[in-house]
Amino acid sequence: MATTRLEQDRQPATQATHATRSVSARSGWTRDAVENRVFRVLRWLIIAFLLMITLFPFYYTVLLSIRSLDAVLREPGAIWVPPSEWVLDSYASVLSSSGSGGQGFLTFMRNSAVVAFSTVALTLLVGLPGAYAVSRLEFFGRRQISGLFLAVYLFPSILLAVPLFVFFTRIGLRGSLIGLLIVYVSQIVAVSIYMLRNYFDTIPVSLEEAAAIDGCGRLGIMWRISLPLAKPAIMANALFVFMIAWNEFLFALLFLVEKRDRWTVSLGLSQLAGSIEIPTTVLMAGSVLVTLPIIIIFFASERLLTEGLTAGAEKG
Amino acid sequence: MSERADVSGAPPPVPPAALEKADDAGGGKRGRSTKRRDDARAGLTLISPTLVIVVVMVVLPILWTFSMAFQQIRLLNLSTAGIFGNYTLANFSGILDSEGFWTSLRTTLIYSVLGTASAIGLGLVAALALRQPFRGRTFVRASMLLPYVAPVVAATFAWSTMLNPQFGIVNYWGQRLLGWDEPIAFLSQASSDVSILGLQFSLPTALLSVIAFEAWRSFPFAFLFLTARLQAAPAVLEEAALVDGATPTQRFRYVLLPQLLPTIAVLSVLRFIWTFNSFDDIYLLTGGGAGTEVVSVRVFNALTARGDIGAAAAQALVLALILAILVIVYLRRFATQEERA
Repeated sequence: MATTRLEQDRQPATQATHATRSVSARSGWTRDAVENRVFRVLRWLIIAFLLMITLFPFYYTVLLSIRSLDAVLREPGAIWVPPSEWVLDSYASVLSSSGSGGQGFLTFMRNSAVVAFSTVALTLLVGLPGAYAVSRLEFFGRRQISGLFLAVYLFPSILLAVPLFVFFTRIGLRGSLIGLLIVYVSQIVAVSIYMLRNYFDTIPVSLEEAAAIDGCGRLGIMWRISLPLAKPAIMANALFVFMIAWNEFLFALLFLVEKRDRWTVSLGLSQLAGSIEIPTTVLMAGSVLVTLPIIIIFFASERLLTEGLTAGAEKG
Repeated sequence: MSERADVSGAPPPVPPAALEKADDAGGGKRGRSTKRRDDARAGLTLISPTLVIVVVMVVLPILWTFSMAFQQIRLLNLSTAGIFGNYTLANFSGILDSEGFWTSLRTTLIYSVLGTASAIGLGLVAALALRQPFRGRTFVRASMLLPYVAPVVAATFAWSTMLNPQFGIVNYWGQRLLGWDEPIAFLSQASSDVSILGLQFSLPTALLSVIAFEAWRSFPFAFLFLTARLQAAPAVLEEAALVDGATPTQRFRYVLLPQLLPTIAVLSVLRFIWTFNSFDDIYLLTGGGAGTEVVSVRVFNALTARGDIGAAAAQALVLALILAILVIVYLRRFATQEERA
């Protein structure tokens, strides 16, 4: 039935087909009408489904972090808890130092913040001039260098893990935040240059030429013209780098696992999740603390960041 | 420091073509070539810090991996091992003979193919569903990106708690609403028998769970790119199809999909590369147990648990090699298809 109607839809040549078409259109059962109706409903179902799968795990994390362990074990299926039953003990326990019986997440957060902020600063310091050079200046091997950076971006970090682990063990930098910082910068700077270069490419050269005619040198042009114009891209890039460094897990695990006072939040959470003595609710509070800075940054700068994310890989 | 000096001290790197051009310019010749030389020097100076850090921390270590893969180095005898050690193929023959490696290679392939496909599929569905504007779309779009930006440790922890057989919410409601007889150990059970319409199936439970996680975590990436591509698609084409009487599915199949295919192809390559090497997700969810041991987890275990550096390096190299071959084959096929089209 459906196929014959479709064919009629396609060839409305004769009077007869016209008639059937209008009849079926009036009764509302053409393929087009059916599809439109189905998709109108389906669309909202899909949106609801997507919202549920993306938000629920985070909602659940927050929910468990404010319930007591007893309540969770008694009623594991609860999806709502009235404010009168909220308990903030988990947060107190996860934040207080390990000396006073807590998990010492404050130390972990400080470590993560130090590493993440230093990674941002160093990456930009090294990457900004590099991105400017790759975008603006013609020099020997420019294309090869761009290719190298793309390769680094796509390179499996597990393959790098082996030699870096051995190397840092040998020079005794394993277990130090400095070692971790160097590794982060070396792996992120390539992506960072890629993102920034795409932005520098969009700034008209004529602006720089005007400054050059006015007697500005290369560095002056960079400092006074290009960097101020690229501010939004630099901001997006800084946030992007911060998120990568804050979330990173593999190298933190390889380098820092033996020294508890150097753990980053991600590493701390994963290590404590393995032990049976620590209640799940306490770990959920830790989980909220790891995620919160990222969520805040993300919603505060969503537009900047999504543009940055796409700009970074578009050329790939 | 010395490397930096070497780079900027190199002879003025003017490409031959540029020299010819400068010659043609006649009167402006002198000034232009000086500017070129200055630019070249400034360019190398500005790029050199990045270049040094990338070469020292990425390129040299990779070369060193090759050297280590051909030596029998362990963490214990590390101090005696040098660049001029005893080179041997023992690591490679050890890997290729062991059954565990081939099993985990198969797992890696299944994981990355299904993970990539389902992430892109879900991303496409999301991009299409959120295409028409409605109130609150900005918020919904931002929410879609949460799984991708959230710390992997927090995301895996939320999932493993939700899927926990004792007090996980999924098993709780699954038993009450969906009529499951007993809790399902999603992350620690290698396989479970399922009967659908009287047919018995054996499903790799844990592997499917980590694939679902991978789809959930990386669909936002596909969603982002496909949304950007959809915004660039000209409305005229679809309007023309609408006037010609094409139904929504026909408009998608014949108008929209052909425009999206190049983006989907790029996404497939990128996601496949990242999923093929991914370590965090599986390590944090199952620890590589219950039939989910991918090669990267094996590399990690060889490195840290057994301290067998040679074996770890060799496995990582084999993994990278297989990946490179797969990507090259794919790109070749894709490129030739493009040419024909």
